[in-house]
Amino acid sequence: MKWVRRAAIIFLLAVALACVFAERLAPADYAHQFRDIPDAPASAAHWLGTDDLGRDRFSRVLHGTRISLLLAPAAALIASFLAAVVGGTAGFVGGALERAVMSGTDLFLSLPWFFLLITVRALMPLNVSPITSVIITFALLGCLGWAAAARVVCADARSLKNSDFALQARASGSSGYRLLRHHLLPNLRPVLYAQFWISIPVFILTEANLGILGLGVSEPLPSWGSLLRELEGYSSVTSNAWQFAPLLLFISVVSCFHLVVLDRELPA
Amino acid sequence: MRQLAKHVAIILVTVLLGGLLGATLIRFAPGYGVDEQELDARLSAGSIEALRRASAPDENLFLFYGHYLKRMVHGDLGTSRTLQRPIAQLLRERLPDTMKSVGLGALLGWALGLALAIPVAMSRAWLVDALASVMAGILLCIPVAVLALLFVLTRAPARLVIALIVFPKVFRYARNLLVRSAALPHVLTARAKGLSHAGVFVWHVLPLAGAQLLALAGVSVSLAFGASIPVEVVCDLPGIGQLAWKAALGRDLYLLINLTMMVAVVTLAANSASDLLGGAFGRSEA
Repeated sequence: MKWVRRAAIIFLLAVALACVFAERLAPADYAHQFRDIPDAPASAAHWLGTDDLGRDRFSRVLHGTRISLLLAPAAALIASFLAAVVGGTAGFVGGALERAVMSGTDLFLSLPWFFLLITVRALMPLNVSPITSVIITFALLGCLGWAAAARVVCADARSLKNSDFALQARASGSSGYRLLRHHLLPNLRPVLYAQFWISIPVFILTEANLGILGLGVSEPLPSWGSLLRELEGYSSVTSNAWQFAPLLLFISVVSCFHLVVLDRELPA
Repeated sequence: MRQLAKHVAIILVTVLLGGLLGATLIRFAPGYGVDEQELDARLSAGSIEALRRASAPDENLFLFYGHYLKRMVHGDLGTSRTLQRPIAQLLRERLPDTMKSVGLGALLGWALGLALAIPVAMSRAWLVDALASVMAGILLCIPVAVLALLFVLTRAPARLVIALIVFPKVFRYARNLLVRSAALPHVLTARAKGLSHAGVFVWHVLPLAGAQLLALAGVSVSLAFGASIPVEVVCDLPGIGQLAWKAALGRDLYLLINLTMMVAVVTLAANSASDLLGGAFGRSEA
């Protein structure tokens, strides 16, 4: 299955490169309105047509993909960091602290994720600038998405703490900090990498759901959520098939992340 | 009995902690204790002052929480700010619809997942495996809201969307679990001795995998409730998912926190039930 993973990585790199050079590749600014041609079909000037406000859909897809592809990993980084701190500390210290932290994590995990997310999102102001809405959305995803990863990290930290090499290090007089810094953290890295990669598609999907419900990134800034929200206005699947291009790109990118993750999950 | 008491205690602790957290969020949310009528230009300064006194918040958080809990025990969950109706009444009206969607969706998702996972594990039906794996893979990559939109566009029954969200998780987990159980030496021996596929499954594979499958049942309830929000919003189904969305857009924190707590209690009860059933199943097989 290595070639499938390689193909997925190449596709993701190609999409990432296209997003990095979005300004050069996009025929127009994502917010520029061609007011005389709203809802235009695909043409040489507008490869994916224009939306109902006359904005070039291809440009919006490129910029929207850039936002989601840049910030979902950032949110995954926050979640992995929190998981490392919470799970790693609980697993390393063990005893009552581990039991308490893991009970709290289990409770957190049993709460319906989307209900919790929109509750916390509602606490934040909704009428903020587009940039602030992007930061709020992805920061929330990162801050609320650590629990599942923390459980895995805690289990791994516990087994590492009780492993032979850790016992040997402790018998040789290593302090708690040294044990953590030189022996446990380097060995926790593969688990954290795996959790990081697993979180990315989850956060991309959640942002898309939030965006479609109008609780994600604000207009005129595009994100996959706001791009997919356009589907609400369509009357049928067969007419204007090019309007489904953002959805196809979305599915392809998330599938590629899953394929990359699948390969990382197998050895564990 | 001890296990049952432990699970009941967990649910109670969650309600108490969730209530405290919810009350704290409501108490310190911007706009708390401000009456919209204060914006009415026709009111005199004296009337506005009287309104402010009437809606003045409790200064002490614990006092506020005490009042909040007392009202909750008496079945008074407060009033929705956006809909201007008692929250308990809104829940009574909308919960049955969501429970129906979630129940039906989870049931169908499980039925489809198991119906495909069992032949894959027992008779190594590679074509079924490939098709079901691709289908599950694609479904895992589509946001629930988009799936609901596609169902609306194709005029398919909207409640089935929840089944398609539950299915890939159930299929993948059940497939891996059953394939692993079916490859164990004693199962292979039973098969070599000529036991039928059905016999091998019922007597050797299911006892091994049953407890873990039951544990997944609780998780799928939480998954189905989460999916109910986008589905009910997009398909205009009058359930608590749609209510939660309206509350989020209107920043109706009282309603939103009560909804989240109620769904949390339902999902915790489902998790506890699946844990207890799984435990009982495991003990009976041992």
